[in-house]
Amino acid sequence: MTVRVSEGKRAERRLGWLLCAPAAIVMVAVTAYPILYSVWLSLQRFDLKFPDEREFVGLSNYITVLSNEYWWTAFGVTMLITVVSVAIELVLGMGLAVVMHRTLVGRGLVRTSALIPYGIVTVVAAFSWRYAWTPGTGYLANLFSDGAPLTERASSLAIIILAEIWKTTPFMALLLLAGLALVPDDLLKAASMDGATAWQRFVKVTLPVMKPAILVALLFRTLDAFRVFDNIYVLTAGANETSSVSMLAYNNLLRGLNLGIGSTMSVLIFISVAIMAFIFVKLFGTAAPGREEGRR
Amino acid sequence: MKLRWGLLDAVVVVFALLPVLWIVSLSFKTTATLTDGNLIPREWTLENYRTIFQTDQFVRALVNSIGIALISTTIAVVLGTMAAYAVARLDFPGKGALVGVSLLIAMFPQVSLVSPLFDIERQLGIFDTWLGLILPYITFSLPLAIYTLSAFFKQIPWDLEKAAKMDGATQAQAFRKVIAPLAAPGVFTSAILVFIFCWNDFLFAISLTSTERSRTVPAALSFFTGASQFEDPTGAISAAAVVITIPIILFVLFFQRRIVAGLTSGAVKG
Amino acid sequence: MADIVLDKVSKKYPDGTVAVRDVDLEIADGEFVILVGPSGCGKSTILNMIAGLEDISSGDLRIDGERVNDKAPRDRDIAMVFQSYALYPNMTVRENMAFPLRLAKLDKATIDEKVNDAAKVLELTALLDRKPANLSGGQRQRVAMGRAIVRNPKAFLMDEPLSNLDAKLRVQMRTVVSRLQRRLGTTTVYVTHDQTEAMTLGDRVVIVRAGAIQQVGEPQQLYDHPANLFVAGFIGSPSMNFLHASVADGRLRTALGDLPIGSRVRGLLSDAPENLIIGIRPEHFEDAALVDEAARAKGTEFEAPVELVESMGSDKYVYFTVEGERATSAELEELAADAGASDLPTGGGANLVTRLSAESAVKEGENWRVWVNLEKIHLFDPSNGRNLTLHEGRAAGVTAE
Repeated sequence: MTVRVSEGKRAERRLGWLLCAPAAIVMVAVTAYPILYSVWLSLQRFDLKFPDEREFVGLSNYITVLSNEYWWTAFGVTMLITVVSVAIELVLGMGLAVVMHRTLVGRGLVRTSALIPYGIVTVVAAFSWRYAWTPGTGYLANLFSDGAPLTERASSLAIIILAEIWKTTPFMALLLLAGLALVPDDLLKAASMDGATAWQRFVKVTLPVMKPAILVALLFRTLDAFRVFDNIYVLTAGANETSSVSMLAYNNLLRGLNLGIGSTMSVLIFISVAIMAFIFVKLFGTAAPGREEGRR
Repeated sequence: MKLRWGLLDAVVVVFALLPVLWIVSLSFKTTATLTDGNLIPREWTLENYRTIFQTDQFVRALVNSIGIALISTTIAVVLGTMAAYAVARLDFPGKGALVGVSLLIAMFPQVSLVSPLFDIERQLGIFDTWLGLILPYITFSLPLAIYTLSAFFKQIPWDLEKAAKMDGATQAQAFRKVIAPLAAPGVFTSAILVFIFCWNDFLFAISLTSTERSRTVPAALSFFTGASQFEDPTGAISAAAVVITIPIILFVLFFQRRIVAGLTSGAVKG
Repeated sequence: MADIVLDKVSKKYPDGTVAVRDVDLEIADGEFVILVGPSGCGKSTILNMIAGLEDISSGDLRIDGERVNDKAPRDRDIAMVFQSYALYPNMTVRENMAFPLRLAKLDKATIDEKVNDAAKVLELTALLDRKPANLSGGQRQRVAMGRAIVRNPKAFLMDEPLSNLDAKLRVQMRTVVSRLQRRLGTTTVYVTHDQTEAMTLGDRVVIVRAGAIQQVGEPQQLYDHPANLFVAGFIGSPSMNFLHASVADGRLRTALGDLPIGSRVRGLLSDAPENLIIGIRPEHFEDAALVDEAARAKGTEFEAPVELVESMGSDKYVYFTVEGERATSAELEELAADAGASDLPTGGGANLVTRLSAESAVKEGENWRVWVNLEKIHLFDPSNGRNLTLHEGRAAGVTAE
């Protein structure tokens, strides 16, 4: 008799596995195997220009990369872009979320136009920015400076960050907007009855309720910003020490055709992202996404 | 008060649209006025569009982009729907692992896959083919599809399926006549999001292709040369950029509400 | 139409929890049976097993004499009304009601006729082309009923169908359901946690606790002759008062004073434990000043301070606090938890709810003399909850000879 119960249960399990198997197999095959393979590649000298010299070299690629100043410059650039753009996006995104939340007139228009940067092809936007800052061609270059901003390091980085912010602030704002909608109106009314000013209500009531949404948004955007590639590729191609780690890895692979070094960088980037994700998940505690099954 | 919000709205709209309008403006400029730095073209022309549609380079890339994005979207949404239904409705060991793996992949640094995939695909002979791009696209859009769709599935009340069974439906009929029509908007929404993702990708497109055979438009843009080898490609690039922006604008205009719902359900509740 | 028989039906989950234990129940053709109990007692599981939505772990389920354990819901010819109504949001009211008929592959003319008939009965004709989203709660509920009656099933199963309605509508719909069932004469099993629905709707009521049937009977029988502490406390509002009692010198020692014991109960008490629980319904108290001589002899009187008076117009609810131990047992704790009363602050001593005549001059804060009818008192064994005053299904108070 108990067999019959577990029979139904087993059928459910089988169906669950059957339905998930294709997705799981594709995801694991295209990520897990290559990342392991890239660990293997990173332990070899493997330059496609000299395929005969392929040999196992242990950790020497790691030593090469980690003692190379290009790597550390690129790492610094990546961190700078990540931190600055995410910080500004958080502020602007919060502002945009509040605007979208509060606006009654033209709400659809605001949302629609905010979605365009999210949807647009990054490369297209990057070209738009590049031409805008190209002397002669661009309206911005002529307006703000007489030099060529994309040929100097500081201004190049500023433009890259601007392009990143323009592209992803709407996404940030949408995530925050969802969090904002979770703040009960009654709570805000109660706070204002208790004598809180608009600013106090925002800091003491709205922000704490939104904390999980803010953390999710920060997590996604930080890890996303760390991968910055498209904008740099189009705007500067990494000139004047504006390469990000992704850009550097790409150049080593496709320009330098050095699979060993390229893979080493891939692994290092993977580890950096894993560390960042780990720190975030520690901060999340139980609010981590994907834990909801356990919470119920 | 109302005026202040209105002003803020205006700032948002201008900030969001200006770069788009700028590239549109560039695409309509004549060769002579291309470098005048004016925001609005002094002379309008369709020459740039005529040029790109005459070059094999762009047309081929556009076909690649459309084909690869559509195939990837279809497969990712089908696989994602199956997995999301299981995640939302069934109880089985390994479910948590699946959710965890997709979350990891959503945060995965794609550049880490470029080197190994480059080598693996060369060995398998799928480097510089449609398949070579479709595979990573499916992989990286599956988490998005699974999260959005399982959020949609969870909104469909269980009782409806039971009620259909009581009304005399088989399991298949219950799914086809009751669940599927209700899930359709969710499936459609996640299809849009996945399509946008595939359409936008640049890193894989430029790393895993080497010829026009499978290069998509974002990758092809940077190889543009204009009508002749020596002509400035700015106008052509702008025109091509505008062409590939059109579907995005259409999606955003018509399905704004759905996209917002899909994005937030996938990321916040997921 | 058909009879439904549950023969030692159990539900065990793979993790070992038993949701339903050896349920025996015979539901006659055309009968209206209510399953009632606190949430989580297994009543919905029983209903789902009859429906075929959950597997039966052991035992037999027979509908119309035929064992249907292994039949899919669609082959059992049973209709169900859900608490959430489960209306298909993508279909109009007409399509919702026609859905089971379309699945049964009836021809279009027949479907139209049946849907129109059912709509007329439930006054849904004007709403047939609307979508569920554009209906009020009461209208949705009627559509759910319509979808059930439209195909003349062997039986109706209803899973708390009225609990999503507001209080006033619930009372109205109660009579609609009741009238509809009488008119169609279809066997109906109705699950609820609301004891008023249980008392007013059904031919018979089945009280379920922790997966087991406590008592089956007509509403009045359950009220007057509860088989155990749980049934006594579950049925009735305000609920029965429970006080600690002990047997000493051939009398019952309680917070209301020492009560005499008649020979009938004395016989039943022979092997009972020393500590007992007495149960008295609120209406079996009366203002001592209003009791005539003839009645006075059937009971006893006591005096206690009046805590609170609620005047209902037709009568008065008067709350007393009496010195003495409170009654305790697992059943009482479960009932209190179900009513949400376990969180309420309770002072020292035992609380007593009484229902006195409207003419009573009782005042808050004063001591008042109250009479209690000893012929209506129940005595329970706290260890197993059994009603000790019950003999051959009838309770007759503690003084009966």
